[in-house]
Amino acid sequence: MRAVFAAAAVCLMALPITAKAQEKLAPCLACHGENGQSAAPEVPSLGAQPKDYLLTQIYLFREKMRKVEVMNEMTKGLTDDDLRAMSEGLAKLPAPAPVSDAGDAARIERAKALVAAHRCNFCHAPTFAGQDQVPRLAAQREDYLLKSLRAYKSAERPGYDPAMASVVEPLRDQDFADLAYYLARQP
Amino acid sequence: MTLPSVSTRTLLLAGTFAAVIGIAGPVSAQQPPPAAPVAAPAAPLPPGSPMIGRPESEGAMKLAPVAPPVLPVPGDKLDLSKLKLPKGFKIELYAAGVDNARTLRQGDKGTIFVSSRIKDKIHAIVEKDGKRQVKVLYSGLYRPNGIVLHDGTLYIAELSQVSKVDKIEDVLDNPPKPTVIYSDLPKDEAHGWKYLTIGPDNKLYFQVGAPCNICMPSPAHAQIRRINLDGSGMEVVARGIRQIVGMDWNPVTKQLYFTENSRDWLSEDLPNDKLNRLANPGKDNFGFPYCHQGDFADQELGWGHSCDEFTKPIALLGPHVAPLGMRFYTGTTFPEKYKNAIFIARHGSWNRSKKIGGDIVVVNLNPDGTFKSMEPFLTGFIQNNNYVGRPADILFAKDGSMLVSDDYAGAVYRVTYDPRVASD
Repeated sequence: MRAVFAAAAVCLMALPITAKAQEKLAPCLACHGENGQSAAPEVPSLGAQPKDYLLTQIYLFREKMRKVEVMNEMTKGLTDDDLRAMSEGLAKLPAPAPVSDAGDAARIERAKALVAAHRCNFCHAPTFAGQDQVPRLAAQREDYLLKSLRAYKSAERPGYDPAMASVVEPLRDQDFADLAYYLARQP
Repeated sequence: MTLPSVSTRTLLLAGTFAAVIGIAGPVSAQQPPPAAPVAAPAAPLPPGSPMIGRPESEGAMKLAPVAPPVLPVPGDKLDLSKLKLPKGFKIELYAAGVDNARTLRQGDKGTIFVSSRIKDKIHAIVEKDGKRQVKVLYSGLYRPNGIVLHDGTLYIAELSQVSKVDKIEDVLDNPPKPTVIYSDLPKDEAHGWKYLTIGPDNKLYFQVGAPCNICMPSPAHAQIRRINLDGSGMEVVARGIRQIVGMDWNPVTKQLYFTENSRDWLSEDLPNDKLNRLANPGKDNFGFPYCHQGDFADQELGWGHSCDEFTKPIALLGPHVAPLGMRFYTGTTFPEKYKNAIFIARHGSWNRSKKIGGDIVVVNLNPDGTFKSMEPFLTGFIQNNNYVGRPADILFAKDGSMLVSDDYAGAVYRVTYDPRVASD
């Protein structure tokens, strides 16, 4: 993870925030991937994320209500209109590709049972494409999904509404691992 | 691995009283990962979380407080065409970009003051050189939902303190730090925000809500208090109240009327939210947590009690509709039938599969101040079971129009009446 932080810091230095909203996307893409697919550990793919979700997150970063130092720094001083333009631009990135291995059938079955029991696909949509302020999960990076679920459980990531805190409350770490494994393999 | 410490100060952004935990500790990205997957420590739901007590049934598990968009909707994206009013009335955008617009008040010189609940700001809307401007009057406040004006002084009720600013309309461009006058208050997030009004007795009235959906409140909770304008002389004038976000004074009887939001997670259709009247200050108990809507006992805490022990509501306003701001109409520009009627902003439900409310209703009273009838006034904020806006408060402005705040879209609307259109 130290390496991740270092890489992110490099992005920051290499691509300072510029005045125009369009140019502001360049530093985002440097870490999150040019084509909506992130290659950096624990950095999420942003392709096909709902724009309301993206807007909510970059707003929370700017306000330091979601604390990730790199992102707090990247969004510092942006105006509301900057945030709107960025979220609209990023939402147009193509969806990332799922992990293409055959997958461990037992883990996938366990994850499917968890999805059914906890209605993950009600808010995140039946195909996990997300909607409104609820993120797309399909083909998201497995390490980022796991990190996020753990962060909801430990209250490190508060979320914009209380739904996730409630959902993860009864879940165990192995559940998170199985869910992340499964969702990373959804198209 | 050291875990970030969780600060006691929480941030509230979502829905009815969605509790969100703020983080005070170091940023996790700099911390080494655990060597192997370990069970993350469980963080129980925050105290007073609206999700506590949710049944395990499929329908219930789909419900959570409705979070507004993080930023106000730009004026050119606001569509008022779906909103409906009685004949002769029209609605237009008054001001956009009023983030999380809640309580509306007007100063003697015409300034419109707008509070917020989940943001930290109070806005002032002023007309300058024929142009309307929305400006941030204060930021950095903590849940400044309650505002009221009296003799040129602005009073502000935050989550756990009441403060004042003298001659506010003379210092709009450079307002001084408010002076705290009262702070002997609990600090609970849940239902911690206040509604503030001034009585005919020139005292400030505000509530201390129940710190939960349903629980046995402490002697300091679930009540209306009043204080003198300098913060002295606190008295509890009513008890047994879950949460209020709207109060006003009957212009005829001079009694305090208030909307009350009832408990969640009991059923889709019960209990109703209430319209109450304080007829016996210092004596009335409105029943929380024992009795709901004046006629049935709570299925857990109500045992051993009868609703006959408590003051009844004067009207039931619908289950989960979340009545907020309410004002008596004493103006002359609306039709005569509205004289002394109560306009109530129903914020709209979250704890119900099919949303209801999200409108303004009119409650007509009998001459003795009891309930006569209720009718819709402004509707259309629910489209396809989603909110396009949520009315939060009402103000009858000096120019004869009605202003409506929308904390979902972050806007203020103006409703006006034209008798020529009405008689077409």
